[in-house]
Parts: sequence; structure tokens; C-alpha cells
Amino acid sequence: MKLTLKVWRQKNNKAAGQFETYNVEANEHMSFLEMMDVLNEQLIEEKKEPVSFEHDCREGICGTCNMVINGQAHGPQKGTTTCQLHMRHFKEGDTITVEPWRATAFPVIKDLVVDRSSFDRIIQAGGFISVNTGQAVDGNAIPIEKDIALKAFDAATCIGCGACVSACPNGSAMLFTSAKVSHLGLLPQGEVEHSRRVLNMVAQMDKEGFGMCSNVGACSAECPKEISLENIARMNREYFKAVLTSDLK
Amino acid sequence: MSWITNFLTSSIGRKLLMSLTGLFLILFLIVHLAGNFQLLKNDGGQAFNEYTVFMTTSPLIKVISYGNYLFILLHAVLGITIWLKNRKTKGKTSAVASKNEDVTWASKNMALLGILIFAFLMLHMGDFWLKMKLNQTNMIDYGTGPIKDLYENVYNSYSQWWIVIAYLVGLTALSYHLWHGFASAFQTLGLNHRKYTPIIQFVGKAFAILVPLGFAIIPLYFKLFIVD
Amino acid sequence: MKLESKIPKGALDTKWNDYKSNVALVAPNNKRKIDVIIVGTGLAGAAAAATLGELGYNVKAFTFHDSPRRAHSIAAQGGINAAKNYQNDGDSIHRLFYDTIKGGDYRSREANVHRLAEVSTQIIDQCVAQGVPFAREYGGLLENRSFGGVQVSRTFYARGQTGQQLLIGAYQALSRQISLGTVTMYNRHEMVDLVVVDGKARGIIARNLLTGKLERFSAHCVVLGTGGYGNVFYLSTNAMSCNVSAAWRSVKKGALMANPCFTQIHPTCIPQSGEYQSKLTLMSESLRNDGRVWVPKSQEDAQAIQKGKKTALDIPDSERDYFLERRYPAFGNLVPRDVASRAAKVECDKGLGVSPTGLAVFLDFSSAIERYGKSEAHSKGMNATKEQIIAMGTKIVEAKYGNLFEMYEKISGENPYVYPMKIYPAVHYTMGGLWVDYNLETNISGLFAMGEANFSDHGANRLGASALMQGLADGYFVLPYTIGSFLSKEISTPTISTNLPEFEQAEKACQERIECLINVKGNQSVESFHRRLGKIMWDYCGMSRTAEGLKKGRQMIRELRAEFYKDVYVPGQSNDYNPELEKAYRVADFLEMGELMMLDALERNESCGGHFREEYQTPEGEAMRDDENYCFVSAWEWDDQNPILHKEDLIFENVELKTRSYK
Repeated sequence: MKLTLKVWRQKNNKAAGQFETYNVEANEHMSFLEMMDVLNEQLIEEKKEPVSFEHDCREGICGTCNMVINGQAHGPQKGTTTCQLHMRHFKEGDTITVEPWRATAFPVIKDLVVDRSSFDRIIQAGGFISVNTGQAVDGNAIPIEKDIALKAFDAATCIGCGACVSACPNGSAMLFTSAKVSHLGLLPQGEVEHSRRVLNMVAQMDKEGFGMCSNVGACSAECPKEISLENIARMNREYFKAVLTSDLK
Repeated sequence: MSWITNFLTSSIGRKLLMSLTGLFLILFLIVHLAGNFQLLKNDGGQAFNEYTVFMTTSPLIKVISYGNYLFILLHAVLGITIWLKNRKTKGKTSAVASKNEDVTWASKNMALLGILIFAFLMLHMGDFWLKMKLNQTNMIDYGTGPIKDLYENVYNSYSQWWIVIAYLVGLTALSYHLWHGFASAFQTLGLNHRKYTPIIQFVGKAFAILVPLGFAIIPLYFKLFIVD
Repeated sequence: MKLESKIPKGALDTKWNDYKSNVALVAPNNKRKIDVIIVGTGLAGAAAAATLGELGYNVKAFTFHDSPRRAHSIAAQGGINAAKNYQNDGDSIHRLFYDTIKGGDYRSREANVHRLAEVSTQIIDQCVAQGVPFAREYGGLLENRSFGGVQVSRTFYARGQTGQQLLIGAYQALSRQISLGTVTMYNRHEMVDLVVVDGKARGIIARNLLTGKLERFSAHCVVLGTGGYGNVFYLSTNAMSCNVSAAWRSVKKGALMANPCFTQIHPTCIPQSGEYQSKLTLMSESLRNDGRVWVPKSQEDAQAIQKGKKTALDIPDSERDYFLERRYPAFGNLVPRDVASRAAKVECDKGLGVSPTGLAVFLDFSSAIERYGKSEAHSKGMNATKEQIIAMGTKIVEAKYGNLFEMYEKISGENPYVYPMKIYPAVHYTMGGLWVDYNLETNISGLFAMGEANFSDHGANRLGASALMQGLADGYFVLPYTIGSFLSKEISTPTISTNLPEFEQAEKACQERIECLINVKGNQSVESFHRRLGKIMWDYCGMSRTAEGLKKGRQMIRELRAEFYKDVYVPGQSNDYNPELEKAYRVADFLEMGELMMLDALERNESCGGHFREEYQTPEGEAMRDDENYCFVSAWEWDDQNPILHKEDLIFENVELKTRSYK
């Protein structure tokens, strides 16, 4: 299949970017990233600079790949990362627009590569359970209701790719942050430092310059792991509870 | 006290203020609509005029109405600041609009809708409230002493097509605003559960259609059946 | 060189306890003065960095990813083994130890494996405490499932995403230490050389991948948790950026590479669909619990399927060859990975493969769907039609493997509930790695290796659900103790200066190496060389190997390497963000590693585990081990012309060496 690609090229964070148009010959069995590989091989052959993009596991689990494809984070297929999107979802002659994540808190490094270290700092602010190696009690000492464990698991499947922020018209990181708050807060092991966690993580999230949530729901709609908006609601109420009932400032 | 300012300036704190003021305004809409329905009574405006006397003289209603103005302003100012800040945090937007069907148009255009509603409110307030305050209203007596004949003001306004249309535009904006805003207010409060969220969403959508429709009936009714 | 394994004296089941009680410690006030470099922040690296941080050491952790959460440990699907015996089915530390030794075809160290089995139970406790959402029963207790090669249910899991959940647990523990300041995290920093001062590993040269700048980092010791080298095959289930470079740079500085030819080929991967393919995707081993593997009996049918004229549904049962069930009636479709992979290859070599390339066999769930459907109908007291049975059975299969079926459909575009899956073996894991002693210390003093980067626990074949176990065991519970054996002697060593001539020389050498690659300015892309190397590796050092092929393969790699340095084209500059350059220096290392693998495979004149030499097989085509002559670890010292083989004899005092049979 013949495709026209409009790819965002940007030399570095300071440079202004622009779209470049390329023609690529792909086939329907390729993944989207394999199609990008073909483009890069082509550019290298012409001694031009290949398009920088990030990717790693190509199995939809590491959260590295990040392309806005035709305006949608990770492209048109629901619940699918860029690397798992296959070309059979496109047609001969299609024009495809490829951009990096769009959010001020994710500055562009080069072309389609962005800096997502703000996510790491949100986790460092409290996205953990304070237990040193060797301190743990027996794994079965605290039973956890199956449904609660499943809910925690659903939240924990977040791959930290940042699609939620890019999809959000406000550039908000509420879905990411709330997924971690929910994952840990739902479990009895994480309940102990729950108030501290939610206050600190929200404060860090605000500090990183993410936008404010207006419950649009684009985050969840474009999340490759389909993390639910329930998590955001949970974080909201846990935040109110922490503000109003804990001694923490 | 720093915790209060910290709280209210945090992203979630500001959301809470938006949600609470929004919910208050939703309640206000119900009361307002109930009052407006007096206009449909075929009594030459007596019920309506007597109702407006109560609304303008009861001290309790006065307090509530000043609160209401405050909340409208707070909701608007906060909404605009959040919108401006979000434009900055979003930075460059995607060159192609997302075609995701799970996201409503209203949810992405709350600020625009809010501004439209605010403009409509200005018109509305200028038309009735200001005229009333500036004593540009005739008096009428139903046997209990003279009172302001606001019904006449309504009649005069709704006899002009452009005002009727402006109302319809404003109410459409309100409808879209509520389409997202109603359920959104509950989500912000943390009320989201697979059991009752579908109910909230249903009620929200019904509210977003029925209440503006209720308001819209009045100018249309006047223009089509009473004035002509 | 004499290889000292430093295995503690005493009975097997008390060695580790005795060791822990007697190993030299570093006092808290001294820990603060000691720097530790950890390269790689996957399961092993993140766990070790977090634990050493908690203990009070000054840790500097490095990853080439943008975040520690991206490490390829995240892609492990199936689960993690632990000898908890929660299921009361007769599991024990000894049984886990024995299964692992036997599964590894008796080519691993008894003491290391026993220690692994011992600490396995602590791992589960630690992970639960960190908030890892393992699968649970309705009663709220932990659930287990069974995996290939064992007779108990000891695998803990979190749907098909166990690796992700465990890595995130370790990542969170690491994040906590970063926030407390005990660990300094260097993201997007790739180790490009090891710095050895007076025979001790004292630092690394890392390339800042954003700026391209080479930076020097010093420490009292260096720990590598940098994963395996499966990507030498180009196509593997490894992530795209997995590489051997950190380990290989250490080899170049004198570390020994052990058992490099022991690679694991996983039988159930989605087959290659074209030349452009960049990687292969694994389908969890758990699928073989319910899937039946077959090919058509006749070549005509196979060809018709290859050409798309027939589908699996057109082949009647009588014309299907369920070859695993036929060859291994006792274990059937659940034979270990190495056995299943080879059997599939044999059928495809006969021309019976079922994909356009002829390199695939069917993994068929129709029997399972029917079986489950019937039992469901029975339990509901229904007199169900065939359609109803299939619908009900499909539901049950979906509940068990839904996410895997979904992934298969995304990649292949075929509905696996109707058409059997097509699968083919692919490189998945490397048992070989840096040679380490019981302390996980390499032959370079102060250089440690953990997880897949070392060779120590899986012998010639790894059992399912034990890679996660080993990574976390090394990181949380082994290295933090054993590192004391080295660091306790370093308490009076002041901070190592990065201005030492060794750092200067190493940095200069790296700079030259990088410039050399950029300046070739040839005509072929790095990717094309990597692809060619992978093909040579797969053809001559893949699922089955011959002396002749290995000699030829080695020669081909040497030629390819020469061509690489003459004709590679690396775009961009060295002092810039340049992913092509990163690929180039990684492939350069693979081009040497590949040769060593050929050599090791050639040297090992036996068939064991993942290493199958066609010359050494029984008349029925089964592997023939040679315990008389090859019961040793081969540890290679690199030399451009003639790498030198050192041997560490494996001594089995507690298990009897037997032939593995699955018939």
C-alpha cells in the first residue's frame, strides 16, 4: 500500500518544528512502527536524517512508544499502543499525520521524542509503599478481597506512556496520577500512607505544569490500557478526605 | 490557614469549587424555571408579578440571590482562569482533530459555552433586572397596592424576534454546557461508581435537555401565541 | 586462570544461612561513604538499587531508557515461581531446587540454585507488601497456577502481566529511594565502558544519550543488571534496545563470558510475516495447557495452506499430525520449551509448515473449546447444540486467555477462536552470561552481575516463570548480602577520583570508537548489518547446530564484521541525540558476541537444554548429554583471534545426573 506521511520534525527543544511529507510503501501486515522503520531505512539510504521516535518492547507493555496518529494518541484503534497498531487499519493512498505527544509538561526532545520525566517525579513524590526489603510479613497474612485486588490491578496496568496527557485538551495528568493513587490506595498495604501519598502526588503533579482536569474523558478514551475515569473520581475524594481529615498540611 | 489556600489553589481544589458552584447554579435553574412557569398562567401576569414581589423582598431570597451572583461570578472567573492556564499547559495542539467518538464536543468547549452563556446572562440581566432596578417599570395594582409590572417587560421583550432568538441561542449553549457539566460535577466530587454513574449521566442529559427546553418554551410561547 | 566459585562449605540447605551469618558487614556510618554503581534498572537492577539505598549506600543507578519503568522485565507474561506450598500440593524448597536443576539439564551450580529456591518465598512476601496485585482467590488469599516441566502449582501471577507488576513494584521502591536521596538516578545514560583501576572495577564511562556527551562516574564497585543478549539474533522476543554492550565491554576489560551458546528458543511465538519484521512476540507458555500443536500429515495439504488455498478448518482430524502428542505421549503438548521448539522445527523442515513462509505450526484450541463447552452444558443440565457448545466453550477459553488471544488477533489479523493460532519458535532468553561466583562477583574484583546478565542459575535451559524469580532474588536478597564480602574490605578507600588516568584512557577510547563508527560513512544501514548477523546466528547457531555449520557461521560473522567497519553508514553526529549511533555501537558488540557463541557451541560436543548439536542425538532425535566430558561451565576470555576457554567443573553432590525423558 502507498501512503503519504506527514511527520513532525523538530531538531531540538528550542527549534520550531514543522511537518515534512514523505511517501512510503508499506504492507498491511506491518505494525505502525515497522512502517516507520521502512521510512527510516529509506531516509538513511538517501543519506538523510532518519525520524527519531521512541519504542522498545513493541508488545504494548513498556509504554515507550508515543505517537499522535491522525490526532489520536496511539492512533485510531481502541486500547492499542502505537507499536501494536497494524497497517491493516489503513487504506491504500491514505495520508497519515504523525506527531509527538502534545503537552507543555512533555517538551519535545527531537522529532517525535518527548521528555516524560515528569511522570517519574510524580511517582517519586509518593507513588510507592514504604517497605524496606526484608520487612515484609507473609504474603498470605493479609487477605485481600478478590474484587478489590482486581480493581487495584486494573489501575496498576497503566504503562506510563503519557497518552492520557496528550489526549487531554488541557494537558492534564490526572488519569496517570489517579491510577497510581488507586492502585496503592485500594490495597490494605498501601492504605497506611494513603493521605500523605495523595497530597504529595497531586502537589507534584501541579508543580510539573500539567493542566487541570475538566472531566472530558479523552484520557480514558485514548488510553491504550483503558484505565477508567473511576480512578480520577477516587483520587478526588481521597484528596478531599486527606485535606479535611489528616493532620498533614 | 495555609492548608486552605493550598487546597483551594490546587488543581483538585479549584475543580471542587467549579463543581460546587456549578451544582448550586443547577439548583438555581430549577427554582428559576419553576418561577418562570407562572408566566404561562393565563391571568394577564398577576401570578408572575406577585411572585416577583416575593422574590425581591424576602430577606432570605435576597441573601441567596447575592450568593447566586457571587457563585456565577466565581464559576465564570475560575472557569476562565482554568481555561487560560490549560491552554498554556497544553501548548501546541495536534494538527488534526481527534475523531474519538467517546469524547463529547461539549466537554471540550465548556469555556466557549460558558462565555456564550455569560453573554446571554448580561443581556438577560440588562433586560429585566437592570430595568427593574432603574425603575423603568410600570406599576400595576391587583388590589393589594401598586407593584412593578414585570410581566409587561417580559411581554415587550419577547415580542421582538431578535431577543427571542438570542434567548434560544443562549439556552442552547446552556444545554450543551449542562450536557457535560451536570455529570462532570459529580465526577469531580468523587462520585463515580459503575452502579450509579449511568443514572447520574442519564439524569444529567435529561436535565440538559428539559430545563433549557422549559426556559425556551416561554419566549416562544409569548412570541407565537400571546404577542401576535 | 583458576575459577573459584567460592561456594560456602557445609550442607546444601544450610550454606546460604551460614553464609549470611558469617559474611562481613559494613557498618552504617561506613555505608554512607561507599559509592555503588548499578547499571540497568530492570527487575534485578531496580531491586538492588532500592535495597542498597535502603541499607544506606550511595547508589548511582543508570538506565538507557527514559525511565526505569521501561526495562524489558516488564514484558514477562506468565508468572513467578516460589516454593510457598500455599496449595498444599507437596512443594518445597528442595523440589523447586530439583526442578530447576533438572530443567536446566544439569548445567547449573547446585549451591546457587538452592539459594534461589530458598529466597523465592521472601520475594513473594516482599512484592505483596509493595502492593503487587497478584491474582487472588475469593477467600482473599494468593492464587497459583502450574507451568511447564513441574508437577506442582507454584507460579504466582498477575493475569498475563506479571513482569509488569513486579517491575513496577521494584520501580516504586527505587523511586522511593530516589526521593530520599540515597539513589541518584541517571536516565538516558548508557554505559559504554567499564573502568578498572588496580584490578578493581571502579567506575564506568556513560554516554548521555540526550547530549551525546561521554561522562565519567566512579564508585567503589560496579553492579551490572543489564539483561541478556538474545538480540544478537536480530529477531527475538527481546525489546528492540536490549543489548549485550555493558556485559561485552566488561568482557573486553577482562571479565569472562560463561556458556554463551545456551540460548532459549521459546516454542510459542507469533511467526515472522515478512522481511521488514522488527521483532517477535511471545504467546505465553500457559497456552499449551489447552492448545494442541499440529501440522498436516501430507505435504500437499501443507502447501495448499501455505498458498492460502486451504485453511486449517479444511483439514480433517484424520489428516492432522499432533506431533508432540505422538512423540511424547507422557507429557504431550506440555513438554519443556527446548523439546517443543525442536519438534516444531523438525516438522517444518519436512515441508509441513503452515504459514506462507513454511515456518509455522498450528496451536489449536478447538478441542479445548469443545471440551469446556460440553462440561458447561453438562453442569447447566442443557441438551446443547454444537453451536451452543462452541459458544460456551469459547467464553471459557476467553476468560482464561482473553488478553493473549486479543494480542494475537491484533498482530496477525486472524481470529484465533475460529482459526488455530500459527506459532513458531523464537529466541527468548539467554541462560549464558557473565561468569560470576557465589557472591555474584565476576572474575574482575568489584564487578558484579545479576539477573539474566549472569549465567548462574538456569544451566542449559530455563524453566518457565523463573526468570522473574532470579532477577528479584539477585536484586533484593542475594546481592545486598554478598556485596558486603567485597565492600567490607573497602571501607577505608576514599571516594574514587574520576580524574585517574584509567578514566581518561577509557573515555578517550570510547570517543575514538564512536568517531570511528561515524567516520566509516559507508553505504549500508546499521539495521541491515544487524539483520544479516541475526540470520547467520539463526541459521548456524539456532535451534540445532552442527560443527560444520558453526565453523562456517563463525567465518561468516568475521567477514560481516570486517564489512561492517568498512561500509556501515551512521547518520548524524556523536555529540547529539542519535539513536542510529546507539544501535551502531550495540551491533558492533553483537558482532563479536555472536562469534563467541558460535565458538562455544562448537566447543561443546554434546546436546543439552537449549544447545542441540545434530551430531549428538539418539536415534529418535532426542538430545544426548555428555556428563563425562562436558559437565562444566565454559567461561571465555575474549581475544580477537583466539578466545580462551576456562572451565569451571560442576560438582553435583545432592542430585543424581539423569537423562531427561518426556516420553
